[in-house]
Amino acid sequence: MKREDFKDNEYIDKLVEELNATGANVAVGKLDQLINWGISNSLWPLCFGTSCCAIEFMSLGAARYDMARFGFEVARNSPRQADYIMVQGTIVHRMAPAVRRLYEQLAEPKYVIACGGCAVSGGPFKNSYCVVPGVDQILPVDVYIPGCPPRPEAFFYGLMQLQRKIKVQKFFGGVNRKEKIEEFFKAHPEERGQID
Amino acid sequence: MSDIKEVISRVCPDATFEEGECLTVNVPDKSWAAFARELKENRELDFDVLSAVVGMDWKESLGVIYYFTSTSHNWDVLAVKVAVADRENPMIHSVSNLWKVALFQEREVYDFYGIKFINHPDMRRFFLRNDWKGFPLRKDYDANPELNPIPADDEQNEDDTVSYVEDEKGNIKKVPGKVFAPEEYVVNIGPQHPSTHGVMRFRVAVDGEIVNKVDVVSGYIHRGIEKLCEGLGYPQILHFTDRMDYMSAMQNRHCLCLCIEKALGVEAPRRAQVIRVIMDELMRISSHLLSFGCTAMDLGATTAFFYGFREREMVLDIFEKTCGARMSMNYNVIGGVIADIHPDFVKDVKELLRIMPGALKEYHTVFSGNLIAKNRLKEVGMLSKEEAINYCITGPSGRGSNWSCDCRKKHPYAVYSEVQFEEILEDGCDSYARYMVRMREIEQSCKIIEQLIDKIPEGDIRAQVPKIIKLPAGRWYQQVEASRGTFGVYIESDGSKNPYRVHFQSPCFNLVGVMDLTCKGNMIADLITIGAALDFVIPDIDR
Amino acid sequence: MFDFSIVTNWFNNLLTGCMPEWAAILVECVVIGVLILLTYTVLALFYILYERKLCAWFQCRLGPMRVGKWGLLQVFADMFKILIKELISLKGTDRFLFKLAPYIIITSSVTMLACLPWGNGLQIIDYNIGIFFILAVSSVGVLGILLAGWSSNNKYTLIGAMRSGAQMVSYELSLGISLISIVVFAGTMNISELVAEQESAWFLFRGHIPAIIAFIIYVIAATAETNRGPFDLPEAEHELIAGYHTEYSGIHFGFFYLAEYLNLFIVSGIASLMFLGGWMPFHVPGWDGFNAVMNYIPGPIWFLAKAFFISFVIIWFKWTFPRVRIDQMLSFEWKYLMPFSLANLVLMAVCVAFGWHF
Repeated sequence: MKREDFKDNEYIDKLVEELNATGANVAVGKLDQLINWGISNSLWPLCFGTSCCAIEFMSLGAARYDMARFGFEVARNSPRQADYIMVQGTIVHRMAPAVRRLYEQLAEPKYVIACGGCAVSGGPFKNSYCVVPGVDQILPVDVYIPGCPPRPEAFFYGLMQLQRKIKVQKFFGGVNRKEKIEEFFKAHPEERGQID
Repeated sequence: MSDIKEVISRVCPDATFEEGECLTVNVPDKSWAAFARELKENRELDFDVLSAVVGMDWKESLGVIYYFTSTSHNWDVLAVKVAVADRENPMIHSVSNLWKVALFQEREVYDFYGIKFINHPDMRRFFLRNDWKGFPLRKDYDANPELNPIPADDEQNEDDTVSYVEDEKGNIKKVPGKVFAPEEYVVNIGPQHPSTHGVMRFRVAVDGEIVNKVDVVSGYIHRGIEKLCEGLGYPQILHFTDRMDYMSAMQNRHCLCLCIEKALGVEAPRRAQVIRVIMDELMRISSHLLSFGCTAMDLGATTAFFYGFREREMVLDIFEKTCGARMSMNYNVIGGVIADIHPDFVKDVKELLRIMPGALKEYHTVFSGNLIAKNRLKEVGMLSKEEAINYCITGPSGRGSNWSCDCRKKHPYAVYSEVQFEEILEDGCDSYARYMVRMREIEQSCKIIEQLIDKIPEGDIRAQVPKIIKLPAGRWYQQVEASRGTFGVYIESDGSKNPYRVHFQSPCFNLVGVMDLTCKGNMIADLITIGAALDFVIPDIDR
Repeated sequence: MFDFSIVTNWFNNLLTGCMPEWAAILVECVVIGVLILLTYTVLALFYILYERKLCAWFQCRLGPMRVGKWGLLQVFADMFKILIKELISLKGTDRFLFKLAPYIIITSSVTMLACLPWGNGLQIIDYNIGIFFILAVSSVGVLGILLAGWSSNNKYTLIGAMRSGAQMVSYELSLGISLISIVVFAGTMNISELVAEQESAWFLFRGHIPAIIAFIIYVIAATAETNRGPFDLPEAEHELIAGYHTEYSGIHFGFFYLAEYLNLFIVSGIASLMFLGGWMPFHVPGWDGFNAVMNYIPGPIWFLAKAFFISFVIIWFKWTFPRVRIDQMLSFEWKYLMPFSLANLVLMAVCVAFGWHF
């Protein structure tokens, strides 16, 4: 994808600048690029549709829009094997702990996309007594796709933004969890030996 | 109607009558249990269908309005109002022993209003977490978000239930119970599961692969639409219906508009009525195509799903040209439709009608004719006609049990009385019958559209309605045939510009009620196919 | 046909010429090990793309298109991704067995791959009981699946593993019996001899009716044996999330994923070996000119083409048929397929005894 076509994302430009400023050595940098190429071209979604947006997501997989062209079609039902969780629809209080757990069950590196007005901000149900006003209250969201429901083209645009974001991330020292596990053990000493 | 009045005053001298849109009977709770039995079993009354249960808060009292119809008496509608003045500990006798559909309906009322139902076997909350504080649809509900913050942990004690049992002397005792015995092997299906068609959760007790009991845990997408409606004006509440059962968006919204129009005394112009019917039927085709695809996919025949979607895209294109959106069309408005049809509309619809018969033939070749598919669907999920009526399973699922329950025939609305079509009935009572009803209904929908598409009259698309819509005080109930069954809207107005109470009687709510009945004794794999053939949409259940 | 044993012998002589015999064998083992693992990966990656493209074709789609020309690099992206994914450790699992299970599965499928003949003399293991050995090793895979399901401490994986156990143990019978009918016909279990026997014509044609019946039974049983649709109950996505490998992430899941596709190649390879002549070109007795032309196409290409064709049929099953239910699947095997294959074995024996074959 040419950069000129997508000059609109300040957030990613900021990431690129940060990356250029800190720098990385050549070997690690090249390896980073290779791995990021792999991750960004093989984004397997976790099937997680709660309402209308899920139907548009099905259209996305169907023949006309065919997300298989980008390699997105391997929708995994087990969070262990998926790369990103695409929250399609309203999240309510009863669902919130389940979403949070699903996110925690995803294997690193993992990403979150909030699809549709409800997941972005609560949408038309924002004032309700049991609706979470935006999934970013409980999950760190990477990409927001507005719409009610978003058109399949909007889904693609959102997914491409995620790809761009992944391409400029630092895998080593950045999103790789191996380096964070020691911190986890420091915070939870009783877990050491339970998991390894 | 007057003879029903006589019979009722004879069997229940306590009853008082209210005139309104339909006959309304006021019954005190002490004689309600006996009266309910008379309603069901007295041949002169014979109200065998409980079509809606609406919880109410009239500030000085809490209560329930039951809407009954009778299959034998020309589908007459009767409303029964039961009110109790005690706000602290309101109790009403349950009718779940007579109409099984009340099992879940009464749990919903308990969830919203805190009305406890005496002799109901399982008085848990239905939509909200069991640690929720307060009853949200009461007028004095404290909506402070600090009382009910976004929870971080799962619910505790999910197995605990309670029932309020009345003994012979009339004393009411609280009896705690367990949903599952501790020795049962309980598999949790959902809320995130590929085949529950959304965020439904079933807790299933299994013996090997055999399902012993299904406990439905709902509310994972309960958005409190009914409460939201009370704070908005009538034109503002319209868009919620598109987001409940998004596969019957047109019909649902049609229903709400009809209900408001009925209350206002406005009638949509004929052009709008014809367009509405065409749109309804297009929506039905789109819904049944999705249902076909999902059934096939749940059975593992992924390719058929793509074929179903191929034709569905054509329907969506038609919608998009006229309404501007693929889903959530927001097309019907009070008094008509929001925009005139696109110049290509007639041409596109005719193209669709030309393609559909061939496509249906292809579906039957690819999927329905397949031996494995037949073996998987036939004799699975049996639901007899009596059970379908008792659980108020309407729509294609009810007609698959040979119950003639099509609202378009029983209470014709818009221009349905002028078109010729057949009400599809199958007597298989199994998943295959339900599936076949859907496939054959696509043909009938095409037939209806065919009769209307060349006869869209010229004229206005919208009747004149006041800028600020205020309904006169009163209550209205309107039903239409949505893609999955009879969709009902109940509106109670106190004369202001906001509704006092809006209740949506969604067909899927009843569908999920029979999961336990139909799955018992079948296998885990059958649970998936039964769910697929019942074809419920979760946001429609949870609202 | 070109005899590859010339190349292998030359290589052997080269090594023994410059180092002691034990060192030569060691080097040969290492070379072969590297080669077979490389073949394994490349084949598995090819199969993943093959299936994705085929299923897209069945479903009026395009399939992977954007990563590389026609999406050819898609699987490499997937591989990199899977390699760096986190391996999640879980509480409450049997940690040793949980980690052992994917290796058992991958080992059994690599061992089976090693037995397949790729061309004249291009074969790693050539026992006199070759086909029996393949069947025996294939049963080890079940163990891996059972362990994976059991050690995950998850109800879905357990149900998946139990289904898988029941399914693979039962279908192994029909699979074995249909292969035995061919062994009866050929009179040998040695793989290279089996191929050599088919020089005049493939067993499918020489054995006529009983061989064709055995072939059909074999394809059905092999579909079940590889857990592919319509027999994909152990990992029935719409019932059991991902079946026995629900809890596996990263490369452990990758092993299951690769092994699934490679097993598809292996069963197709065995079918081509037993029924379609393995690497042997298509020969018609008496048509010498035609046979000579056919001989110009190298053996490995014949072998791969036949295997890919049979895989195509099995993939076609998967994307067309709905999934069967566990009781239907078992009754189909025990009530119909197994008795039928036994009867077919008798028929084959009679044909061989009376010489009613070509």
